[in-house]
Parts: sequence; structure tokens; C-alpha cells
Amino acid sequence: MEYQVQENCLTIFLPREVDHHSAEELRKNADALIERNHIKYVIFDFEGTEFMDSSGIGAIMGRYRLVHLIGGEVWAVNTKERIRKILTMSGITKIMQIYEEEKV
Amino acid sequence: MSDTNEMELIFDSCSANERFARVAVAAFMTQLNPTVEEVSDVKTAVSEAVTNAIIHGYEQEIHKISLRCRIEGNLLSVTIKDSGKGIEDVERAMLPMYTTKPEADRSGMGFSFMEAFMDKVTVESAPGKGTSVFMEKRIGKGRSLWTTQSL
Repeated sequence: MEYQVQENCLTIFLPREVDHHSAEELRKNADALIERNHIKYVIFDFEGTEFMDSSGIGAIMGRYRLVHLIGGEVWAVNTKERIRKILTMSGITKIMQIYEEEKV
Repeated sequence: MSDTNEMELIFDSCSANERFARVAVAAFMTQLNPTVEEVSDVKTAVSEAVTNAIIHGYEQEIHKISLRCRIEGNLLSVTIKDSGKGIEDVERAMLPMYTTKPEADRSGMGFSFMEAFMDKVTVESAPGKGTSVFMEKRIGKGRSLWTTQSL
């Protein structure tokens, strides 16, 4: 998993499969980065992600709770249809924006 | 050729096996000639049940989880069983967003996902007696017959 910090914005490049196993690592690393860099915006990049279950939803909710306290936001980018379905079904789209690139 | 088939696996309740379990079921169900979406649905449901066993059933201790799959015609059934601490109130546990571990980043959507992606989900559990999750899904609903015929 890769992380990129730009000013107060953290981008998390999610692994191929986001489950309880990989979410544990994400949570540890992301929380350390959020605290150290005073992160306000967290972007979840789903470019390489094919699978996600409710543990992924929990991981997003946890990071949202952190940055929400200081008025921050969480975003999802590069979501495939399957991932969008999981995000929508879970209801997390109420607190997370899905950024869709314009179709050319 | 008979149209039933079964397999059974017993594995440790470590988080790396969440992936192993869902991939094993996905491989087993290929003989039903499922769509990509059907495979994803089953993988998600299996992942949820196994994760529950690891986190809630065994509370991250290493014990055994058993996984049983059966194919009968185009019906896939999966049973995931642990001998962990069990669930006090199954009905409540199955409510969307309900979780006993919010501090551990649990979303409370596990059973909701299982119910959404499978045709039927039944849970048998009692405190101290472990938990057994039984799920069924008919594969190839509404697809024309020739695609399900084997060579």
C-alpha cells in the first residue's frame, strides 16, 4: 500500500483486495500519517482495487471520524463498478464523496 | 454425471485466511459457470462470514474454522462454522450498522452484505456454543440453458 502526503491531504493507494487483513495495516499507517501531518482530507484511490468487503467500509469510517473532528473530508477516486456498488450499498456515500472523472 | 459436488476445508482463524477462503469458494463454484458478478457476490459473503468468525467468534485467537460447500444443480450452499464465543442475540447482530466492536473500525455491515449478496442466510448460534452461518445462492438465474451445459 502506498501513501502520499500533499500539504493537508493524504492519498491512500489501496491494495488489490481490501479486507480485514489489509485494513489493519492501512489503519495503523494512515492514522500515524494523519496525526503527524495534520491531515484534513483523505483520498482513497481504488485504481488497483478489485475486491472490498465491509472491513474496508469500517476502515473508511474510522478515518472519516478522525478528520471529521477538524472539519475534514474523505473522498473516493478511480472506483470500478463493483467498488461503487459496495460503497453505495453500505450507505457510506452519505459521508464520503465519490469523485468521478469526466468521460472523454 | 451427477450434478452434486461437495468440498470441505478446515483452516486457522488468521486474517490471511480470509482471502484463502473466498478464493477457494470462488474456484469451487467455477463449475457452475457463474458470471463475474456472481463470483464477486459469493466472495464478499464468504469474506464477511470468515472475518466475523475471526474477529468476533474467536476474538483474534487462533482456532479452527470450517468451511463446507455444496453444489446441487445450480444451487451453491456454503456453511462457515466456528467454535468460538457465539452470539447472544442473533437478530440484533444481523441489524445493519449494529456492531459490538465500533472501536475496532467495524462497520456493522457484515450480515447485511451476506444477505444482500446471497439468496438466503441462516445463522445458528448460542453463547459459548460457536456460530454457524449457512448461505445459499442460485447461480445462473435467468441465463439461457446452453451456457450452463458442460462439455
